[in-house]
Parts: sequence; C-alpha cells; structure tokens
Amino acid sequence: MGVVTLKERFSDTTAQEVFGGILVLGIVVLLLDLLRLVATGELSPGRLGSLLWYGIVDSLYIGLAAIGLSMTYSILRFANFSHGDLVTTGAFGGWTVAYLIGGIGAADFGSRLLLDADGGARAGDLGMDILASPVAIVLGLFAAAAITILVALAIDRLVYKKLRDAGGITLLIASVGVALALRYIIAIFYTQDSRGIVASSPRVGPVNLHEATLVVSAVTLIVGVHLLLQYTKLGKSMRAMSDNKDLALVTGIPTERVIFLTWVIGSGLAGVAGYLIVLDRSQITINLGWFLLLLIFAAVILGGIGSIYGALAGSLVIGITINLSLVWIPADLNEVAAFVIMILVLIFKPDGLFGGVETA
Amino acid sequence: MSERTIDTDRWKGDLLLLAKIVAATYVGFASLGLVTGVPINEVAGFLVTVTFFAASFALVTLALNLHWGYTGLFNIGVAGFMAIGVYTMAVLTASPDASPAGLGLPIPVGVVAGVLVAALVGAVIALPALRVRSDYFAIITLGFSEIVRLSITSGTLREIEVGDRVYGTGGGSGIGYTPVDSVIPWLFDRPGIGLLGDLLYGIGGLVGITTSIINRLLYALVIIAFVVAVYALLQRLAYSPFGRVLKAIREDEVAARSLGKNTKYAKIKVFALGCGLMGLAGILWMGSRSLVTPESFMPVVTFYIFVALIVGGSGSNTGSIVGGFVFAAFLWEGPRFLRTIARANLDTRSPPTIYDAALELAAFDVMPLVGYFIGSLDEFRWILIGVALVLLMVYRPEGLLGDRKEIAAATDLSQRQGGESDE
Repeated sequence: MGVVTLKERFSDTTAQEVFGGILVLGIVVLLLDLLRLVATGELSPGRLGSLLWYGIVDSLYIGLAAIGLSMTYSILRFANFSHGDLVTTGAFGGWTVAYLIGGIGAADFGSRLLLDADGGARAGDLGMDILASPVAIVLGLFAAAAITILVALAIDRLVYKKLRDAGGITLLIASVGVALALRYIIAIFYTQDSRGIVASSPRVGPVNLHEATLVVSAVTLIVGVHLLLQYTKLGKSMRAMSDNKDLALVTGIPTERVIFLTWVIGSGLAGVAGYLIVLDRSQITINLGWFLLLLIFAAVILGGIGSIYGALAGSLVIGITINLSLVWIPADLNEVAAFVIMILVLIFKPDGLFGGVETA
Repeated sequence: MSERTIDTDRWKGDLLLLAKIVAATYVGFASLGLVTGVPINEVAGFLVTVTFFAASFALVTLALNLHWGYTGLFNIGVAGFMAIGVYTMAVLTASPDASPAGLGLPIPVGVVAGVLVAALVGAVIALPALRVRSDYFAIITLGFSEIVRLSITSGTLREIEVGDRVYGTGGGSGIGYTPVDSVIPWLFDRPGIGLLGDLLYGIGGLVGITTSIINRLLYALVIIAFVVAVYALLQRLAYSPFGRVLKAIREDEVAARSLGKNTKYAKIKVFALGCGLMGLAGILWMGSRSLVTPESFMPVVTFYIFVALIVGGSGSNTGSIVGGFVFAAFLWEGPRFLRTIARANLDTRSPPTIYDAALELAAFDVMPLVGYFIGSLDEFRWILIGVALVLLMVYRPEGLLGDRKEIAAATDLSQRQGGESDE
C-alpha cells in the first residue's frame, strides 16, 4: 500500500510545481546563508568573488561543448556519448599543431609531435604561453576546431550515417563504442600519461592572460553561433528538423546538409572547448573529455535538450554550482552536487528549467 | 501451447551450443598455447582466468538482461549497484581491528546484506526514475553510479569515527577484508572434503599445475553454480505471468497498462531484483580480491557488461551467458594471452613512443613497431571493444543469439503460423 500512495503522489500533476517551489526555496535559503557567511566574515567577499569568477570561466567551456551536444541531441535525436571524446580530440589535435609551430628549434620534432610524451619537449623550454608564442597558440585554436570537425565528419560517415533511421538507444550504444575507440586511438599515440603542456600563465596586473584568452574566445564564438542561428536560414532549418524530420524533408529542407552543418558547428565548438580547457589548466589527459561529459549532459538537460540558449544557461548554473558549492561541501563532492541537481531536474522537470522550447 | 514447447526444448539445444563454444574455445586456446611453447601452468592459469571472468560477466549480464532485455529498462549504472553490494559486504565483514574498521560479521551475512542493500537502493532509485524516457533514464543511472563512486572516493566518508573505532570507506585506498574466495580453503579444512582437496592438489602436482590455480578453478566453479541458479530463476521468471508483464512493458507499456497490468509496480520490482543480482555478481567478482577500491567501479565497467549482453543478444538468458563467455574469452583475456605468446616467441622490446617506432620502421625494421603495439595492448583491447560495439550496432543489433528474444504474446502475431488462409 505504501508504494501505491507514494506512487500516486509522484504522478500528481502538481509534482513539478512542488519541485520548482522546493528548488526556489532551497536556492533562497542558500543565498541567505551566503549573505550570513559574508556578513559574519566567515567568507570574505574576495573569495566569494573568485568562486563566482571560476564558476563563470568553467561555465564558458562547458557551454561551448554543451551547444554541440544539445544540437546533435535535438537534430539527430540521440544522446551522443562520444561528444566528450571530441573535446579530447580537439585538445590533443590543437596542441599538437601549437607545439609543432611554436617549438621549432627548441625541441625534437618527435617530442613535439607527441606533446612531450617522452619528456623531451617541456612546456617551459618551448615557451608555451600566450605572450611567448601567440601565433602558435592562436593557430592551434583554429587547428583544434578543424581537426575535430574532420574527425566528427569521418565518424558520422563511418558510423552514424548508417544508423540514421535507428532508434535513440541503438545510436547511444554505438556512440559509446565510438567514444571508447576514439579515446584509446588517441592513447596509442599520445600514451595514457597525464601531463602539463602549457607554461604558467603570464599576468598583466590582476588579469590571468590564459583565462582572459579563454573568456574572449568563448564569448566571441557563442555570440557568433547566436548570430548564425538567428539570422541565417540554417537556424530555421535546424529548428524545423528538430521539430519534425519528415516534415522538414517534405518541405524541401536538405536534411543531410543540415546534419553536416550540425556536426561542423557542434564538433568545432567541442574541439575549441577542449583546447581552451588545456590552455587554462595546463593538464592534458585522454580522459579530459570523458570526465567532463556528465557535466556537459547536466548543463544540456538543465537548459532543456535542444535549446542552445538553455544549454548556455544550464552551463552557467552547473559552472557556478560546482564552484560556489565549495562554500558548504568539500572539494571532492562538488560534482556530486551537480549530478544530484541534474537527476532531480530529469525526474521532476524533464523539459529543463527554462521551459524546454526546442529552438535549435 | 506449441510456442512454449518450442521454447522449452530450445534451451537444451542452446546449452549444447554453449558447451560446444566453450569446449572449442578452450581446446583452441590450450593447443595454441602449448604449440607456441607457453608453460602448462600458464596455459591452465589462463583458462581458469577465462572461466572466472566468463562466469562473473555472465552473472552481471543475466542481471542486466532482466533490466534491458526483458523489461526495456536502459540501466547504465551497473557499476554503481555492484559497488554498493561489494562495499556493504566489505564494511560488514572487515575485521574490527583493521583500518578502516568493519563490523567483523561472517562472510555469508555480508553477502546476503550486500545483495539486499543493492536491491533496496535499486527500489528507491526506481520509484521516481522510472517515470522518465529511456535515454533520460540512462543518464540518471549513469549519474547515480558516478555519485556512488565519487562519494566512496571522497575524503568526507573516508574516516568516520564511532566511539574509539574508525569506520568509513577508506577513500581511494579502499577497504581490506577477507575475500569471498576464501570459501575454498575453508572447505578443504573440513574433515571429509579435505581429502578431496589433497587428491586434487596431488593430481595438479603431477601435471605441473600449482595449488593456487586449482583453488581459483574451484572458486570459478562456485560462481558457475550461482550462474546456473540465477539462470534457472530467471528462466522460470520469464515464463511466469510476471515475466509476460515484463515483456509486455518492453514492447508497449501503454498497451500493458490499458490491459490492467500495474506496470509501475512490476518495473520497480524487477529493477530491485536486477540490482540485487548485480550486487551479488559484484560481490562474487570483485569480492574475491582482498581489497575493494573505487577504481574498480569506473563507468566503463558498465560498458563491458553491455558489450557482453549485446554480443549474446539482449532478451535471451542463454545469450547472456554466451555473451559473457565470448566477451571474457575473446575481448577480455584473449588479447592478453596473445601477448603472452608473442613475448614467449618474439623479441618485443617496446620503444618509448610510437614516433621512435616509426623512425625505425623507416629504416625497414618492423619489430619496434610490433613491440610498441604489443606494449599498448590494453589500449588495443579498448579499441577492439569500441569497434565491436559499433559493428554490432550497425550490422547485427540483435546480437549473436538475438533471435532468441522472447515475445510477450503466447504466439508470434507478426508471423502467420501456416495453415489455412482467411479466404
């Protein structure tokens, strides 16, 4: 009997409103507690400010990756578990190009090609920071996008194209296979060792230049994608396809071309995200994107699958959650907080926090 | 009626098929090893390891098949439920004087409690989570398994002081306890069975197989006994009225509900049962080491099980066992065995990077590249698993034995059973 009454309560139509109310209440309580902590001096305004800033920085690269995941989710209709490894591909591909250009003469070709896999091309010796080798790092950024796009298109041609009419779960499993294969192909070349490949960031006054590069590039790209989808026919076609693929096809929308451009935009942004994460953190590992994937999913789900503005807003929530939660919980549990929020939203408000209008 | 007899006959044929596959694989690997000069003890050790992993994978795959194959619940949090089972057992059975301390209860109590806690947690997760779409459910279960793993790794739960003892999960360094495979030495300490043990050890000594391998073989047989029991249970469940409700949920939940079946209750029950079985499988598999750490429960563990299930064909219990065996023998342990053979016969020094290997290749020396690839065998195994998943999804999504999928209706309505037509 207990199960039945509980079940009825869950299927109640007001459950979502109740959840929304509890969530708002929880946020209000936490904000009040934050004010109390600041007022009593337990949390200095400076630390609060830096936590919020780190939150925004994290949300920018999560957001870049989330746009692509959200687009493929709404247009190809499956949860792409290989998206995280596209982020990894961008990081390795982009930095390889940056090393090849920036380190000429400073280290062996082989050591540079494999990103210091043998310890022969230390980031400090190569001068791998934005002031010492700006050209190499900017070219690396473009290469990260280009290489990831090529890899994603090749994968689409080899795998997903054959599964266009398959169900979401079939595609999901195939994407897990793609993720494993892609990650360990990278591992064969670059080895599984985690290593720092970017020199410590130069500073101008209080500004960390690598962080500034990340923020400027990410914001530029996000605004660019916004303009592209808002003011070209492509955006409209994507919205039409995510609403109803067959109808879009009948109306004369070239669906294969829209899918092609979806991969170009989505994987390009994912590759750039991977490149910028390494620029900011210096550490590179083959698990970079895979560990980020669930956070990206959390952002996409929070914003409502299919909406890129939702994905960006969701990224902001996730980025600030994983940083601001450090006020209350230990650092090794901050991702747990983000995942709990994701699960609660999926259960009680599966359309996302922002309504869930699919706007491509 | 005829459909049932076909199905009940079929499992005998399938069992014969399984026996043939197993026998052919063992003979193949053993002769390959012996011909290429691998010592008999290592060959026996390899076959025992394959048996152990095959039985372990088969047990988890059977549980996952109950979720996905029969009921259509896409659970990708298998690792999390196994972790709950193993950690519960570890906390209950570890010695009170160890660090972190346990309760020092007997192992059978720990095993039963581990299964029950995993089932209970499964039921609690299922209550709200089963309302959502299948791809959302997948993300929820993956998120849950990561929450479990991150929590047991966390420093907060690492040490919890109760009185003068320090309990807890031990963080990244895990919990030490008496492994469950200590049941074999324990049995051989009993008066009557001890003679059997001495006999087996004696035979092993004659052909050059160490006692530790014999112990591992006997423990693998214990897991096989569990596989047989779970197989019988699930086979019986599948043909019960409850089993038909499960298959009906997989095929069309709305239709099942409109026929008056309480599908939500059925889903919660079957999810809890499957999670309990995953806990049991975790205990028998991971619990046979004397230490449990969070690294054993990375999300990729779940995907091993998925590959095994898909290889065998979801929706068939026999297929799950075949899948577990094929995965363990060919994708999991097979590459390692090939490496053993290669190392015994070739000069396989591995250059530090693939670039060095490529340079030597340019000087027409292929061996460094071969050596590098043999050295990166673990990576190749992952690529192999990934490619196998993709190929199966593209060319044979129903798996090797996928045509065994049992349908909800008593007769297959999509095929006309011959006989007279309507006209």
